[in-house]
Amino acid sequence: MDKTTATLADAVAGIHDGATVMIGGFGGSGAPIELIHALIDKGPRGLTVINNNAGNGHVGIAAMIEQGLVAKMICSFPRSPETVAFNEAYMAGRVELELVPQGTLAERIRAAGAGIPAFYTAASYGTELAEGKSTEEFDGKHYVRERWLKADFALIKAHTGDRHGNLTYRMAGRNFNPVMAMAATRTIAQVSRLVAPGGIDPEHVVTPGIFVNAVVEVPDPVQEEILIREGAVYP
Amino acid sequence: MTLALDTIKLSNAQIAWRAAQDIEDGAYVNLGIGFPEMVAQYTVAGRVPVFHTENGVLGFGPTPAPGDEDWDLINAGKKAITLKPGAAFFHHADSFAMVRGGHLDLAVLGAYQVAQNGDLANWSTGKGAIPAVGGAMDLVQSAKRVAVVTDHVTKKGEPKLVNRCTMPLTGVSCVTRVYTSLAVVDIADGHFVLREKLSAISFDDLQAVTGAELKTEGAIGDLVVPAA
Repeated sequence: MDKTTATLADAVAGIHDGATVMIGGFGGSGAPIELIHALIDKGPRGLTVINNNAGNGHVGIAAMIEQGLVAKMICSFPRSPETVAFNEAYMAGRVELELVPQGTLAERIRAAGAGIPAFYTAASYGTELAEGKSTEEFDGKHYVRERWLKADFALIKAHTGDRHGNLTYRMAGRNFNPVMAMAATRTIAQVSRLVAPGGIDPEHVVTPGIFVNAVVEVPDPVQEEILIREGAVYP
Repeated sequence: MTLALDTIKLSNAQIAWRAAQDIEDGAYVNLGIGFPEMVAQYTVAGRVPVFHTENGVLGFGPTPAPGDEDWDLINAGKKAITLKPGAAFFHHADSFAMVRGGHLDLAVLGAYQVAQNGDLANWSTGKGAIPAVGGAMDLVQSAKRVAVVTDHVTKKGEPKLVNRCTMPLTGVSCVTRVYTSLAVVDIADGHFVLREKLSAISFDDLQAVTGAELKTEGAIGDLVVPAA
């Protein structure tokens, strides 16, 4: 078994117009910048992108929006210090927004990965984000029914990976990456370090390889936060 | 009236200090982005609360020195943080299982408005800005205690403690205690219950800048904080 892919371009080659793409990371932490930029190079259109945020500065998801790849964002917090790209596209009506409470977003993704089509959560009950959704009372408390959230592709960033797709993460860079890996038809992971099978202690595997389809090594990945502070623009 | 309030009201740091006094040793606490984050600076000596951040860290410490930031190690406000001994990382679904499952002892948030029934409005002014909610709607429904830190009135002098929220709700009947620039107010059985107030303001003047009835149960304590 060998899930490794030689190049970033090969890794994203199958991502087509109109695809739904989960992108891991929270702000810049755990964001697969190199995979995102490879996707911009490929240039599919009409994508639905699922991420906690909606990009910052002029790199990563913000650059995807600026380059016209994104038709819809599904996120919890489309606001960052420099959310110029999303704001402009949203105000101009070029990008649709589905706003989801952060815990509901995480659980909708996890539910998809776990084969659970719907669940109930108290989050958003009685608010405008629950409008049109069915509710139910359990043990005297009100809950909102939420559906699973699937994707065609997930682009994720891990720290160490092997060719079976087993992954570990670095610090808070874990965030949405493990649940997104479970919820996509095809999960593509960039790893900072590729090791032989057995190179990751089985006790330490966070994402078992069954959830991962492709692994591409990106040694010394850039940090989105650093790029933004440098005023970087992609491409 | 507004001018007079400005001369006596607590600073945000003083409000944060007062809120920190109620955090027990060993409590698991989530502090909202911005003003609520200040509460961590005033942890009572001898108590060790464990701070939770939505993006998957328990047991984080203060901001690192400039130049020492590791941008894989941030909080929900996307600010660089440090780790304390005993810290743990976890993914987002586990992070919100901690929230939704009622495992957090306390969430501290800011507010545009708090209603006497505990409804909270803190995520959207409803005025055409791009909406952003983050984890607030999850936190307010499920933490064991939900505290708000806020000025008692808006910049225009209008009450932030109100009969009913007029701004978009974050959650219903969720706030349990409000620490304001003038008072400490509990929410019990659909009413504001005044626990402490600054000695410099009379009950009647406090009631006048509060949008719903302040009930009392026994003595009202003096709200005393260290000098700014």
